[in-house]
Amino acid sequence: MISILSELKVPIVNGLLLGGLYGIIGIGMSMIFGIVRLINLAHGDFVILASYFSLVTMSLIPISPLLTLIIVIPAMCLLGFIIQYFLLNRTLGKGMNPPLLIAFGISIILQNLLLLIFTPDARTLLSSLSVKTIPIGSFINLPTIYVVDFIAAIITVAFLSRFFNRTYMGKAIRAASDDDGAAQLMGINTKTIYAIAMAISAGTAAIAGVLVGMTFTFYPHTGPEYLIIAFGVVIVGGLGSLIGTFLGGLILGLAQILGAHFLGPGFQLLSGYLILLIVMTFKPTGLFSKG
Amino acid sequence: MTDSLLQVQNIDVFYHDFHALWGVSIDVEKAQVVSIIGANGAGKSTLLNTIAGVYCPSNGTIEFCGKKINGLTPYQAVAEGISLVPEGRRVFPRLTVLENLEMGSYLPKARKKKDEILKKVYELFPILSERKNQLASTLSGGEQQMLAIGRALMSEPKLILFDEISLGLAPLVIKHIYQRVKQINMEGITVLLVEQDIQRSLKAAHKVYIMQSGRIKLSGKPGELSPEDIRKAYFGI
Repeated sequence: MISILSELKVPIVNGLLLGGLYGIIGIGMSMIFGIVRLINLAHGDFVILASYFSLVTMSLIPISPLLTLIIVIPAMCLLGFIIQYFLLNRTLGKGMNPPLLIAFGISIILQNLLLLIFTPDARTLLSSLSVKTIPIGSFINLPTIYVVDFIAAIITVAFLSRFFNRTYMGKAIRAASDDDGAAQLMGINTKTIYAIAMAISAGTAAIAGVLVGMTFTFYPHTGPEYLIIAFGVVIVGGLGSLIGTFLGGLILGLAQILGAHFLGPGFQLLSGYLILLIVMTFKPTGLFSKG
Repeated sequence: MTDSLLQVQNIDVFYHDFHALWGVSIDVEKAQVVSIIGANGAGKSTLLNTIAGVYCPSNGTIEFCGKKINGLTPYQAVAEGISLVPEGRRVFPRLTVLENLEMGSYLPKARKKKDEILKKVYELFPILSERKNQLASTLSGGEQQMLAIGRALMSEPKLILFDEISLGLAPLVIKHIYQRVKQINMEGITVLLVEQDIQRSLKAAHKVYIMQSGRIKLSGKPGELSPEDIRKAYFGI
């Protein structure tokens, strides 16, 4: 028994750490799903776009990928604001399909734009962090980059949760998601509020993109892979809860790594989706959904 | 004329193809309580919502404090000093009571005076202070109505519009809420309310308008209208 546990220590810790990254990939999508009732099919592409933004920044100024966040986050926020304010806001109140199509269109445009500019070559955001490990005791060597991912995810969740619970803007976003019409009667311009929510969502995609770029390789067409992960995280965690989304990420990451450990690396993705199916069967609203 | 706060002149309102209001005119004087009565579907709520900027009139003008305000969005109307307590209360269920009230003072002008207004609202409805950290969805119907009123007061309105505030509430609660409405009015806030309960309206108001099928049928001071005329205007027979 003890030997099994010590054998599982590595995959469990790695799974949790990877899960942190998954959580931050999913959190922006969960937010927009909960607030604007919009399924942002371009979220994965936002993530990859941010990876490329970081790549370009690094080629212009020789700094660590993490420091490029200072430029990448505002750039992605601005893009998110513009897309929501000028495109998606026009489809408000017209049903589910128009915004879905627009998001899908943005996804295709982004992928092909990246392909055109950067060619289909594999890229990665090189940094010394990517190859280092942190020894814990004598038996586990944690990949430093996974630890960085996890810490960044926790900081992001804590920051968002503070924003939504403590600031006027955050509360106004929650109010608009509860009742758009009543929020307008309070003097809240809900269209601007939605654009700000999308800006924040794209900002989390920026963080996810830089972390993904440091952890894995990426191509112009990698976006949909992360969209699927974000979907999984949102479904497991449930809508409308930041912590739920984060925990959903941990569960998905854990399921993948443990599946790979027991069944072989080929089963990594499958075992994640098996958990997804099980959750959807027994609690379709997600494990941590409110109400 | 000099005391007029709100003047609605000859407005027509359409929902898509449906002609909801036909040349409606009302005049609300400062610091008064004016009530609009009428049966279901008479257009009372439409009129209030149009004043609050939810609907845009296709004809006619709405003047508030001498300024033309038709065509404003709801959030712009709030900035002008018009606050609507919507039908069905519409509190934010997943926000706490305090957060709901804070949303009422979202606009920068009101936000600066938030603590001061909040104190007044708590004096008016002490129950809200007791429950400030509860989610609004856990309140009873009457408490939610008090919250909706408190929330509307948080923007420091000059004119407050009440849309069927007695709907679905117990008689005792209704009485309590109407006492508060009177108190709000005595603070100098002009009140325009829509009500199906004729007796209650006549008692509370300085002036009443009776609507039927999207038109104003009768108006006057409650004491000057005969029950016979009111019945005719209300039912159209």
